[in-house]
Amino acid sequence: MAVRTLLFLAALLVLALIAPLLIANRFLIDVLTLILFSAFLGQSWNILGGYAGQFSFGSVVFFGTGAYTSSILLMTFGIDAWIGAIAALFAGAAVGAFVGFLSFRYGLRGSYFALITLAFAEVFKVLANSVEFTGGGIGIFIEHEPGLARLQFDDPAGYYYIALALTVVSLAIAWWLERSRFGAYLKAIRENEDAAEALGVNAFRCKMYAIMISGAMGGVGGTFYAQKFLYIDPPIAYGVATSVEMLLVSIVGGMGTVFGPLVGSFVLHGVNEVTRHYIQTPGLSLIVYGLILIAIIGYLPNGLIGLFKGRARPKDAEDA
Amino acid sequence: MLEVRGLEAGYGQVRILRGIDIDVADGEIVAVLGSNGAGKTTLNNNISGLYRPFAGSVRFAGEDVTGAASEAIVERGLVQVPEGRRIFPNMSVRENLELGSYRRGKPNRAANIARVLEIFPRLEERLGQAAGTLSGGEQQMLAIGRGLMAEPKLLILDEPSLGLSPLLVEQMFALIRRINDDGLAVVLVEQNVMQSLALADRAYVIENGAVTLSGAAAELLENADLKRAYLGI
Repeated sequence: MAVRTLLFLAALLVLALIAPLLIANRFLIDVLTLILFSAFLGQSWNILGGYAGQFSFGSVVFFGTGAYTSSILLMTFGIDAWIGAIAALFAGAAVGAFVGFLSFRYGLRGSYFALITLAFAEVFKVLANSVEFTGGGIGIFIEHEPGLARLQFDDPAGYYYIALALTVVSLAIAWWLERSRFGAYLKAIRENEDAAEALGVNAFRCKMYAIMISGAMGGVGGTFYAQKFLYIDPPIAYGVATSVEMLLVSIVGGMGTVFGPLVGSFVLHGVNEVTRHYIQTPGLSLIVYGLILIAIIGYLPNGLIGLFKGRARPKDAEDA
Repeated sequence: MLEVRGLEAGYGQVRILRGIDIDVADGEIVAVLGSNGAGKTTLNNNISGLYRPFAGSVRFAGEDVTGAASEAIVERGLVQVPEGRRIFPNMSVRENLELGSYRRGKPNRAANIARVLEIFPRLEERLGQAAGTLSGGEQQMLAIGRGLMAEPKLLILDEPSLGLSPLLVEQMFALIRRINDDGLAVVLVEQNVMQSLALADRAYVIENGAVTLSGAAAELLENADLKRAYLGI
């Protein structure tokens, strides 16, 4: 990576760190928090969908399981949310292992994998609705007691910094994938699973790791969400909307790229907020939003990152 | 080097191979010939661990590798170049080659890339290009080059002539001869009977999942049955 890029990223990080001091408008801090959080969830999808090429339509299942895990630990057992976040991480990875084992062992690929993940998310929703310890359809209310141990804050900047930290960690994971042997294996599986196996790549194991990393990230994201919004119920925890958002920010930004989900999240949420703000006619803002989405996906198959990458600069010049 | 004994294999309930015996000695080129559906690719996939055979044994370099995982088999030096030029289309030629060397031969990666480029100079001009933009022949060269990156002791080429023009096939076979000259044993799985026999030391003909003919390639070239079956003479 060029020194210039590194400097640019460092400057961006510094700017992100001091942003809450510069921005007086607390609502704007909230919007930024949500953008970063969405980028983080998008990155968790991107590792499985973008790098490993396994399109999940139900990645919300990790998020929801994480949210329930830490919330139940907190409200039923009084265990602090930061421990809950660690538990959520393992719970997410465990659900990843469970879904992954059942799908990959039986060779589900492509749209079949997408469908089975969608189905798993729905099954978890029905289960969360029907069992006692999740609070059923009523959901779980979380008491607001600000403090670092609970990952709750009076100032939105607190949530902002946590979302920022999550995003930075997720970028670091994607960065590592770009240069590690494991990342190369995932990309090989995405490009051609049979050829990858012929080269001695254990596709099953690599896909299992990918879905578990993705699940662990989603689980932690669930804890963050629950502590910020202080309420979860089955439609929030396992609704299809979050799954779609996760894949949308990655696809719009650029699948299988380090910064794709972040860029996608900024653009999608930015467009969404701006159209909502300036277009008063009800529903029209959604139409405009939809048209912009169609345009991006139709004309930029490699996402927004694809605008800056690829043809113009032969990769080899940099690697050699 | 490779000893296949009584190999029976197939998919699910369907038995494709009905007891196959094949030997490959050090430094040999052995052709495995047969028409569509004879079981050539099934044989390949079972030797290289992509599928587990129903019965029989595969020994490689003195060790039993029957039903071992494909990565363990690659690690021992038995490398397959799958049919249909299965390259990684959105990765650069260089990345494709590098991927060949993760499991084996990583310390010598730079030297091996140089060697592959020496054998296939066409790839050198295309190193930074996405592999999907290469022509069919170049993709086949890349697939073989990627196999060589793992420093194989035995290279199985599954239909390297598939979809190539006659001229390119000739070039490809000359390149295979060259790879073999360095001492590498090659199994050439082909439908292209005459050219394969001209290249190979020995050959096996597979029909309906069983070996029906085998022997020195030069003798098979004169074989009346083979001529009748494949050339209609």
